[in-house]
Amino acid sequence: MEALTQRARLVDRRPMNWLERIYLWEIMKGMRITLRHFFKKKVTIQYPEQTRTFSPVFRGLHILNRDEEGRERCTACGLCAVACPAEAITMEAAERLQGEENLYREEKYAAKYEINMLRCIFCGLCEDACPKDAIYLSETFAPANYSRKSFIYAKDDLLIPDPVTQPEEYARAKGLIDKVKNSKS
Amino acid sequence: MTLLAFDWAFTIEKAILIAIIISISLVVAMYATYAERKIAGFIQDRVGPNRAGPFGILQPLADGIKLFFKEEVTPNPSNKFLFILGPSLAMLTAMMTSAIIPWGGKIELGGRMVDLQVADINIGILYIFGVVSLGVYGMMVGGWASNNKYSLMAALRGASQAISYELAMGLALIALLMLTGSLSLRTITDQQIHNNWWNIVYQPLGFLIFFICSLAECNRAPFDLPEAESELNMGYHQEYSSMKLGFFLFAEYINMFISCTVIATLYLGGYDMPFVDESQLSGITALIVGLLALFGKTFLLIFVFMWIRWTLPRFRYDQLMNLGWKGLIPLALINMVLTGAIVLFMMK
Repeated sequence: MEALTQRARLVDRRPMNWLERIYLWEIMKGMRITLRHFFKKKVTIQYPEQTRTFSPVFRGLHILNRDEEGRERCTACGLCAVACPAEAITMEAAERLQGEENLYREEKYAAKYEINMLRCIFCGLCEDACPKDAIYLSETFAPANYSRKSFIYAKDDLLIPDPVTQPEEYARAKGLIDKVKNSKS
Repeated sequence: MTLLAFDWAFTIEKAILIAIIISISLVVAMYATYAERKIAGFIQDRVGPNRAGPFGILQPLADGIKLFFKEEVTPNPSNKFLFILGPSLAMLTAMMTSAIIPWGGKIELGGRMVDLQVADINIGILYIFGVVSLGVYGMMVGGWASNNKYSLMAALRGASQAISYELAMGLALIALLMLTGSLSLRTITDQQIHNNWWNIVYQPLGFLIFFICSLAECNRAPFDLPEAESELNMGYHQEYSSMKLGFFLFAEYINMFISCTVIATLYLGGYDMPFVDESQLSGITALIVGLLALFGKTFLLIFVFMWIRWTLPRFRYDQLMNLGWKGLIPLALINMVLTGAIVLFMMK
């Protein structure tokens, strides 16, 4: 059978020779290896100060998107909730009233939109299911917390900042996040 | 300063010296825990503790505070008196060994010749062996008094290990004593300074055996069977918590420091700085150079102890006994006979 990788090595099963049996020389060899590691560059990332950069396809916390004019895209159709294998998404729809055209893009919008981050498996199926480009997975992850209740993210936590009034926050939330500083209490 | 036929200045001088030595060994042991974690980290490509203070140097303090604030648990079926005696004995014997180590030469201080050694007893090495053997009692008593079968078995394991390796250690030392002709550590150090060659040159095999046995005596890896956390269900201190546990762990580090000092004194020339002629230096400079040399050697040995710990896996019990009885004791015997023959036929 052909090997799948080039990394397989046959184990040497020959009986130990004298030098191996007295063990000391082998200990020296082992100690040389550990000493080399002693001076090696450390791979540690000092977490709260430094964070790993995730790949662009990383599936992290959800974001509810807005369009260029800062209107919410979500129409509360419920396709994401249907697609969700973990049943983490719940929402309540409401009808857009007269004079709210600058807030919501379509006639229907999500009055309540919650994702339970403890149930969510970050598969990204909601992102796939959404016909309105309203939900995206960002490159951050949910920070640790003390209570279960705090992991139910409401609409305020998910909604991306308005690109018109808060361009800076918008850009940061869009995925140019290099430091995870936002902690939800 | 003689009152009631008693030299009070002498007493005060020794008391101060004891206080200094004990506090130094405590501080060294404290920072040995820090060094151990740092070295473990570095060898495993990590950085080790670095949060408490700059570079994490306050970590041992934080550990100590944590241990003090832990709940003190004395198991109900345990023997209360012996349960407390165990860690106390471990700590006491760990501290007592430092008494006969010569930390430096004599210096003149206020018209008195101050000897940087608590007691220059002529049977110094025997004293070390006596106290080290006593150290086993701390482990035994602690494990037995816990009234827990795992503790008891670990204590027995530890005791049999200590006794087995003490034999080879003693035999390795006899060869050294044949060369030096003295049991006093001061004399042994002075000989190494005047001979220009350290004892390791004359006794490389003896040094190796002594070093391995010291590892076993200190319960350091690869001989840390008495406290095998993962596979043998902790060890003799399984029932201990809070500072009583802390004493056991701390005693291990003090033991390590002291035994490294003993190795440095016996085989590596003690406070002899290599390539420097101490007799040319003035009193205080010679003292500082000597202290630097001794502590440098000791810290180097401590590093090697830790380096070995983070390199080697633990021995199995039968392997441990094999190495001790079938490996080291015959080797030490051969070493002893050879040394005896050489001393008899070539030096006289």
